[in-house]
Amino acid sequence: MKSLRSISHHLIAIVLTALLGGLLGATLVRMAPGFGVQESDLNAQLSAETRQALHRQDAVERNVLSYYWHYLAGLSHGDLGYSRSMDRPVSELLRDRLPETLQSLAIGVAGGWLLGLALALPATWKRSPLYSATASVITGLFLCIPSAVLALLFLVIGSPGKLAIALVVFPKVFRFSRNLLIKTYALPHVLTAKARGLSSARILAYHVLPNIAGPMLALAGVTVSIAFGAAIPVEVVCDSPGLGQLAWKAALSRDVPLLVNLTLIIALVTVAANSFSDLLAPTATRDVI
Amino acid sequence: MNRARWIAAGLLAVVFLLALGANVLAPAPYAKQFRNDTDHPPSRQYPLGTDDLGRDRLSRLLYGMRISLLLAPAAALISTLLAAIIGGAGAYAGGAWDRSTKIMTDLFLSLPWLFLLLTVRALLPLEIPAMTSVIVTFALLGILGWAASARVVSAAVRGLRDSEFVLQARASGCPPSRLLLRHVLPNVKPILLAQFWISVPLFILTEANLGMLGLGVTEPLPSWGNLLRELENYAALTHSPWLWAPLASLVLVVSLFQFIVAGEEYAS
Repeated sequence: MKSLRSISHHLIAIVLTALLGGLLGATLVRMAPGFGVQESDLNAQLSAETRQALHRQDAVERNVLSYYWHYLAGLSHGDLGYSRSMDRPVSELLRDRLPETLQSLAIGVAGGWLLGLALALPATWKRSPLYSATASVITGLFLCIPSAVLALLFLVIGSPGKLAIALVVFPKVFRFSRNLLIKTYALPHVLTAKARGLSSARILAYHVLPNIAGPMLALAGVTVSIAFGAAIPVEVVCDSPGLGQLAWKAALSRDVPLLVNLTLIIALVTVAANSFSDLLAPTATRDVI
Repeated sequence: MNRARWIAAGLLAVVFLLALGANVLAPAPYAKQFRNDTDHPPSRQYPLGTDDLGRDRLSRLLYGMRISLLLAPAAALISTLLAAIIGGAGAYAGGAWDRSTKIMTDLFLSLPWLFLLLTVRALLPLEIPAMTSVIVTFALLGILGWAASARVVSAAVRGLRDSEFVLQARASGCPPSRLLLRHVLPNVKPILLAQFWISVPLFILTEANLGMLGLGVTEPLPSWGNLLRELENYAALTHSPWLWAPLASLVLVVSLFQFIVAGEEYAS
């Protein structure tokens, strides 16, 4: 019953994000300078009747609520509108570019987690001030470098720029998991297990991981959002044809409908990722005391 | 603050003074072109060399640092104030206000920061005077960057709202304005200060990213973002180590901020 309520809360959050985000986007499009200017008005080949017909068609779009209603109706059929700068339907553009971004995200998030945990676990086990300080300095350094520069550095050394996303994600994973692991390793049941001579691997697998699974899953949702943010500069610098590069091109050509659709979809994906990790967290966390 | 943090604050103050004194310390105006000395290596006249338009790199770095170091705190002030108003007031009012501000905060947090900035930046004209681009960039950072801070502030205010001393003050007839100004605000002040310090390096880095994408401060005004674009010239990087100077200064300033922030967070 409790989990059903939780699922419905998360579903409401996703629907609300879609509705509010869509309305916000539709309003923003109307506020953009140049909105409603008809190129057809400058076309001498069109007759007055044709121009009037085009104006009537445009009048429907001018009213934000009516536009939004049409937009939602289109959305329910998978129609996300048309990109004027790319001269293609938005859904087609997304279909083409989504795999590239998903691949970058998968590499970035997986790499970031591997690197973060690989540094955090020894920092907890060894408790050496020198190791801890060195790891903190390294992660701190990566937090101080813009993601676009990280991608450039990868290109300079001849490595795939996508790996830069992993370096954006890993400092957050390291800091969070190190603090969490230190706290968990200080819990009485873990100390008892250590005192009874259990192996490090067994303590980690049976007594530590079940305790930290919940917060770590919550962090997993957050890292998807961080990786999405880093994807823009990384894809632009590395010239990879993903959603980040598409958003940048849309911003430069002021294709606001495309940008709003992209932002809305990415918001939905991140909210869904966060909701999914929130829902999994209670089932993953086991009371081992 | 411990000694290490005092040293960090001192170093940061030196960088601030250097940036503020750009008018006096810079060997040349930031936009002045020495057309006979384009791509000049470091020398007595040009300590960091000149760029491909013949502009003195050190002068541009000093002026660029001044823009980022003055306007990022201004943007952080705007975002912290918005966080206090939206998050704090919502949590203090409670009920439907609290719920609606929470939904709004969650909505803003669910949007990846750079995507949101790109969308709103694209709504504004791209071809704008350089000084307007500076104001637009940092104003957007301030206006759109409140959500994470608002969540922290609202959690703190919610805790204070239900605390015993506030309940007691309310029960003894303390008016809401006095309750807010005398009992809630002084307790939220350290959290607001920490959020302000956290936002400054975040905004400096975001401006650098936007600048590298060509959507930040526009030429001829220098900023860390557009100075870092020189790194795109891979071929020159190996034999011109001075091209790394903007990145080195950025890393130094942001790491000093983060070092001080860690202490502020701990204190709050």
